[in-house]
Amino acid sequence: MATIDAGSATGRMLIYRHSLAVRLSHWLNVLCMTVLLFSGLQIFNAHPALYWGQYGADHDPSFISMEAVEDGGRARGLTHIGPLTFDTTGFLGLSEVDGEADARAFPDWLTIPSYQDLATGRRWHFFFAWLFVINGLAYLAYGLISRHFRRDLVPAGDELTPAHLGHEVVNHARLRFPKGPEARHYNTLQKLTYLAVIFLLLPLMILTGLTMSPGFNAVAPWLLDVFGGRQSARTLHFLTAFSLVAFVAVHLAMVLLSGVFNNLRSMITGYYAIEAEDK
Amino acid sequence: MSRIITRRRFLIGTTMTASALGLSGCDAIVESDRTKSVLKIAEGFTMKTQRLLLGDDALAHEFGEADISPTFRSNGTSMPDNPQYLDWMSRQFSTWRLEVGGLVEKPAQLSLAELKALPARTQITRHDCVEGWSAIGKWTGLPLGALLQKVGLKPEARYIVFHCADEYERTLDGTGWYYESIDLVDAFHPQTILAYAMNGRDLEVAHGAPLRLRVERQLGYKQAKYLTRIEAVADLGQLYGGSGGFWEDRGYEWYAGI
Repeated sequence: MATIDAGSATGRMLIYRHSLAVRLSHWLNVLCMTVLLFSGLQIFNAHPALYWGQYGADHDPSFISMEAVEDGGRARGLTHIGPLTFDTTGFLGLSEVDGEADARAFPDWLTIPSYQDLATGRRWHFFFAWLFVINGLAYLAYGLISRHFRRDLVPAGDELTPAHLGHEVVNHARLRFPKGPEARHYNTLQKLTYLAVIFLLLPLMILTGLTMSPGFNAVAPWLLDVFGGRQSARTLHFLTAFSLVAFVAVHLAMVLLSGVFNNLRSMITGYYAIEAEDK
Repeated sequence: MSRIITRRRFLIGTTMTASALGLSGCDAIVESDRTKSVLKIAEGFTMKTQRLLLGDDALAHEFGEADISPTFRSNGTSMPDNPQYLDWMSRQFSTWRLEVGGLVEKPAQLSLAELKALPARTQITRHDCVEGWSAIGKWTGLPLGALLQKVGLKPEARYIVFHCADEYERTLDGTGWYYESIDLVDAFHPQTILAYAMNGRDLEVAHGAPLRLRVERQLGYKQAKYLTRIEAVADLGQLYGGSGGFWEDRGYEWYAGI
């Protein structure tokens, strides 16, 4: 571990890691996904229940829902998931707004705008959905033309062996991150995660979102069959959004643990420092 | 567009300003007029894109009998309380008439029996509330396009406005009456019907008796209930709040295809 001390003295070298296109689309995506999440929770709050199938409303069984109830003179917030009920008073179902208990699924600090206003939530959601789609298409075009996907994200054959993957999982669990020349490239777990987010979760968000649109249903009725109905699509939209929240949580933890300054610099200026001890 | 500031708008304006003073930075951005006008760009984008992809006649998905919701949630007004409506209701709508006017060649007044005598269409479709829930129902009614051809639209007509018998919000200036509007593409769409029956029975009061609009490629708030008058107009700015519908006057999109 002597290289850590020697790092700055014996020559850290800066490598150009992220192209301008990748950096721009990354930060635009941060903005879009943040607004989409919080305005999405505003929209969810208008009818905080999720169903499966073509239809679903108050009289139909839901499998995730939130509500406020009176319980012996005390108001409580409840979250139902399948047959289970959790008391989530103060966070889900019932939370304080300006010091007073308010019946709302997600609390005011998680919605745009903070107060209940579905019309405005929708305006924000659809504006940033367009920006997100345009940004995503531009990124896809760049990734294909510049060979960014092929070069940086598709794992090489020997990276996918159980031995290599097992080795990386162990290293991640011990918070041992690649150093030196190995840090020039994404590691295999990183590549697989980014590929899953870019080619699975984000497209799933867009397609499940479009499947909720009665206009788009007339354009592409087959999407209803793919997702099993508008209400199923709405549920998948919600669950996929929370898969992305989980991804961002892990992503941020990894940024912090593997060198927050170096990572941030590389995503802002493009340059990432690696230790050049073997050169 | 009307330049007159109505009392109602004045009241909304002042409460909005007052509440903005006590808001956090985020909500202040949300309520700025510039932000609102920028965000509105998305509605035009969505409408142009969907219309481009849809063409004029692509049909909304139609379901089978087995898909019909066991209970169809009623929403908005479920029992209009004005005396005129109650009188119609007490006579099983035999004295109710649908007025068709505005920019038409031959204005008309039609009874429910006359409407039912015209060729009808039945469709099982999904109703999507802007809040997120959906219900599937079977609707029977006359195609709006056929009725408009009967009365003959004047060339200046651009929109069809639907006036309703329910005052959903009490206001001093009468801008709380429910109304809706669609353009001619949707007005002449084969699935756009004036429905008088639901699930094989006469339309119930909770669902808009005696007549409601079904415009199947848009959200629930476009499906105006308790119709009394259909008006062809050249522009929506003169009506009520000026945005073409009860909920549109309260911030929702006029094009409700998403």
